[in-house]
Amino acid sequence: MGKKLLLEHINEPGIQSFEVYRKKGGYASVEKALKSMKPDEVTEEVKRSGLRGRGGAGFPTGMKWTFLDRRSEKPRYLVCNADESEPGTFKDRYLMEHLPHLLVEGMITSSYALGAKTSYIYIRGEYMYIVRILEKAIEEAYANGFLGKNILGTDYSLDLYVHPGAGAYICGEETALLESLEGKRGNPRLKPPFPAIAGLYACPTVVNNVETIAAVVPIINIGGDEYAKIGVGKSTGTKLISASGHINKPGVYEIELGIPVEEFIFSDEYCGGIWKDRRLKAVVAGGSSVPILPADLIFTTAKGEPRLMTYESLADGGFATGTMLGSGGFIVMDETASIVENLYTFSRFYHHESCGQCSPCREGTGWLEKILHRLREGHGKKEDVDLLVSVAKNIEGKTICPLGEAAAWPVASAVKHFRKEFEEAAARLQLSAVQKAELATH
Amino acid sequence: MSENKKIEFSIEALATAKKIMARYPEGKQKSALIPILHLAQTEFNGWLSAEVMDYVASLLSIKPIEVYEVVTFYSMFNSKPVGKCLIEVCQTSSCWLRGSDEIVAHIKNKLNINVGETSADGMFTLKTVECLGSCGTAPMLQCGADFHENLTVEKVDELLEKLRNKNERSSYLKSMITDR
Repeated sequence: MGKKLLLEHINEPGIQSFEVYRKKGGYASVEKALKSMKPDEVTEEVKRSGLRGRGGAGFPTGMKWTFLDRRSEKPRYLVCNADESEPGTFKDRYLMEHLPHLLVEGMITSSYALGAKTSYIYIRGEYMYIVRILEKAIEEAYANGFLGKNILGTDYSLDLYVHPGAGAYICGEETALLESLEGKRGNPRLKPPFPAIAGLYACPTVVNNVETIAAVVPIINIGGDEYAKIGVGKSTGTKLISASGHINKPGVYEIELGIPVEEFIFSDEYCGGIWKDRRLKAVVAGGSSVPILPADLIFTTAKGEPRLMTYESLADGGFATGTMLGSGGFIVMDETASIVENLYTFSRFYHHESCGQCSPCREGTGWLEKILHRLREGHGKKEDVDLLVSVAKNIEGKTICPLGEAAAWPVASAVKHFRKEFEEAAARLQLSAVQKAELATH
Repeated sequence: MSENKKIEFSIEALATAKKIMARYPEGKQKSALIPILHLAQTEFNGWLSAEVMDYVASLLSIKPIEVYEVVTFYSMFNSKPVGKCLIEVCQTSSCWLRGSDEIVAHIKNKLNINVGETSADGMFTLKTVECLGSCGTAPMLQCGADFHENLTVEKVDELLEKLRNKNERSSYLKSMITDR
């Protein structure tokens, strides 16, 4: 069994309540930080831990915190990104639903480090039932002196609020999230300025993913150095992986970064192997945006080394033969799955979710969906396969935010690794009823 | 809430709206727009008419266009009337891999409607949606705040029956805001 730093107590009856959570050692990080550490010392521990943003980008959290403009006279904000919407990802939902106090605790400790007096949890609107769970946890934290004025009798005061969105994948992009939190359409902002300088209400702001903020709790409890001992190289600590698709045991698993991908898929501790005794065909390892990999490349890198669940190992080989850990949305496909159909669902998704601000994304994602739709329906043309790649290439790198890349990468990789399937789909001419009738009369 | 009554929140809803507005700094009340639109959608029969949007604009002292542009951007806001129960079936990758196509086809058949349509009795509107973060319990659908997961056609039949008997309007907000 791997170490569990986040989900250790998840099966404890009543762990959703303050009482049980506290009994299990909850809120110790707040006590330790507020009573014995300076805010910058908290940031220093997070830096030493090597923690990387768990929303998908993998940017070092401690470094992001040091970018926050501390000389500004304006208020500073911590905003938790709970807009989990990357297809294949459901770990934040699991964490918030079952361990709401872990997020609240992480928000308090992190807000203290950043000097925020007001913090928000921006949660996707579809998770409305969790809003209620979080509100209750927050209420309990207030009642027990962990939120509000002079927390634990110190000088530090903090207000924490939950803010629901209303259905828009793009609001997971941090500047779109801030626009949305200001009551506007979720159109990403041009950077710079980065949120650390001008974020929410043009004030210095840090936006961190749910799991990232939760990870601050064990980091402060055990110390950054101890946390960094778990994992391999620059992939330190534990990571929540959302496993779905054609496996025996879909669900959320906390892994120590560094376990082999093969173990993750086949061990009974995790996915429990491919369902219905079928063979593995392909994996999307880090949420819909990352390149898809065929079975042979997911277990071993192009160099022939075993592929590990780390940021570096999954990326080994670049986009030619590698992929990304991303958000940890691990989608498994068995031998019967159609790569063309699956890609169609992704492209339809990105078209639906494009904010429409940048023409290459707005128009390009529409074309990707349209071409894949006709390939899927049997109305495709031979040229469509290259056309897909060309459209994807013309979106990539030409947009304000990374939704463009997110839409392009799955297309490029699927055609690259499964070209034959796309060519077959293009050749599969479906006759209309009229054409069929005509043929029959000949 | 009868349709021809003057458009305004009930006393309770208005109190909740004021509480929501107090969560944002002085002068930044526009931040409350999305939560208040959720509240309005629940108050006014599951959708946001131009009159309702204008009312919300007046509450927040913003221009009506600032409300319209937000309502048309976010997929959870309905700018047209919907059936009593809005059935939203996820159809993105993981749900598709585990059979969401069959679920959609079954509901279409059962209610005799297409995606985007409302059943003749006004009870159900069927919508297909993109990833709802329920990939490990796919296929799934959302009705109001409730997630219905690991679906089979039998489970769908049971659910539709239950919803029909309950005869309540689905809402994302059961109790979004506490009294703090």
